[in-house]
Amino acid sequence: MSFNFILQWWESNAPMIQLLIDALGQTLNMVFASGLIGFALGIPLGVLLHVSKKKGLLENHILNKVLGIIVNIGRSIPFIILLVAIIPFTRFLVGSSIGTAAAIVPLTIGAIPFIARLVEGALLEVPSGLVEAAQAMGATPLQIICKVLLPEALPGIINGIIITLVTLVGYSAMAGTVGGGGLGDVGIRYGYQRFDAGVMLITVIMLVILVQIIQSLGDHLVKRFDHR
Amino acid sequence: MIKIQNVHKIFYQGEKKISALQDINLNISQGCIYGVIGASGAGKSTLIRCVNLLERPTIGSVIVDGVDLTALSAHKLTLARRKIGMIFQHFNLLSSRNVFYNIALPLELAGTDKETIHIKVNALLKLVGLMDKKTTYPANLSGGQKQRVAIARALASDPKVLLCDEATSALDPASTLSILNLLRKINKTLNITILLITHEMAVVKGICHEVAIIGDGKLVEHGKVGDIFAHPKTTLARDFIRSTLNLTIPEDYQVRLHATHIPNSYPLLRLEFTGKSVDVPIISQIARKFNIDINILSSNMDYVGGLKFGLMLAEILGEPEAAIEAIAFLKENKIEVEVLGYVV
Repeated sequence: MSFNFILQWWESNAPMIQLLIDALGQTLNMVFASGLIGFALGIPLGVLLHVSKKKGLLENHILNKVLGIIVNIGRSIPFIILLVAIIPFTRFLVGSSIGTAAAIVPLTIGAIPFIARLVEGALLEVPSGLVEAAQAMGATPLQIICKVLLPEALPGIINGIIITLVTLVGYSAMAGTVGGGGLGDVGIRYGYQRFDAGVMLITVIMLVILVQIIQSLGDHLVKRFDHR
Repeated sequence: MIKIQNVHKIFYQGEKKISALQDINLNISQGCIYGVIGASGAGKSTLIRCVNLLERPTIGSVIVDGVDLTALSAHKLTLARRKIGMIFQHFNLLSSRNVFYNIALPLELAGTDKETIHIKVNALLKLVGLMDKKTTYPANLSGGQKQRVAIARALASDPKVLLCDEATSALDPASTLSILNLLRKINKTLNITILLITHEMAVVKGICHEVAIIGDGKLVEHGKVGDIFAHPKTTLARDFIRSTLNLTIPEDYQVRLHATHIPNSYPLLRLEFTGKSVDVPIISQIARKFNIDINILSSNMDYVGGLKFGLMLAEILGEPEAAIEAIAFLKENKIEVEVLGYVV
């Protein structure tokens, strides 16, 4: 399969192009929508996990245990199962269990515990001496979180965001199961089920490029914010 | 300014009870530079952390500027801490903020407006001599510069007290000296009470007015620096002073050293000068008086608070009787003499 082959295929499959563009839009939609909501909920959850720890800023053993168990349950359910298992919840939330919007719900639910653990890990890297110095300065717990913990862990958190987005690109391929569309879905339906190797290859290449872009953008941001 | 009353601190390590501090009482007056010295694990770090309640005493109270911190609510304590600056051995600067914003942090916490922050931080940068490093990130500063930033940060909220937790222990001798000079300047110009803990006697000698010696969680001795150096009452205090002087017998002497007098051997002495010793040119006097030669191997004499003290290793060459008489004469002049052995 050479480059020429793809060019030839491209010329003779003009209608496919629109399909691929739409699919890319759906993938981006799913990845960034679920990512954004996931960060909005996952980052605070990660912070809570970190500060409620033993000897943490706001030590709370019970809260830490409960959150830990919930996050672990979320992390242990295979995504394809989560996708169908929460259909009633999805229907309640977006009014339908099929389509791109419906796929965003399980993607978000899957992303939240994932992000929470990554954020927790990033916060763990912040030297405890900094928190102590802030306490000695007379910082309130909320100020310590906003002015010390999160800014100091920012490079790690950005890294976590990138890992999450890339993982979501992978998960979004499974969203075809609930009619969510996207590049992975096109690859399976047109490439695999209709034996169209060209479509398969193009979707894979598009996904590779997408992941590359996300990763290099992230690396650039980490570099910019990392003053350690 | 700082009153530590009857403070005990007990740590639990599983079932084991570790008594880190026992019945500590200290009274530090306004404007004083107070040093607490002790070996590693003596409890000095726990003690200084008890002053701003980073570590809450198990029993006892800590009174800073007339306020009993141990009796305050969490929120009131947070506010009270803004009047107590602290610097650390490892600086604890935020890597995500440049020098300017590191110093601005305590002001931000207190909700100070931007303009005031600007004026204040610039004044502090000038005070610590880092005007040209304003936009530098801590990762690109040397240890001494980092500690200067930390000092500026600690001073930003106009504290009445500055706590220094091993502030110079991670620095080279030249940086240590410049940081100590800066602390002295701050103490003089801003009239801030400084409590510092250290394991280096040189730091205490360098800038402290008063000193306390802590060992095994207990305060064993405290007083004016000159007095403690000159008249140490406890063995721990004495060991500390000796440790700073650090005189060891050279190895080739150790090989030739005999416990008892044998023919053609000379006594090797350790002379200890304390505040009680009569201040006369004693070495040349005994040389003349008893017709002996004195070979000084090593010597470490110091002058603190108007008093001379120190240790000296010397061998006395001459007739055995003359040596005995010379030793007696030294003792008469209140110099402590220990015969370490006889060198062949």
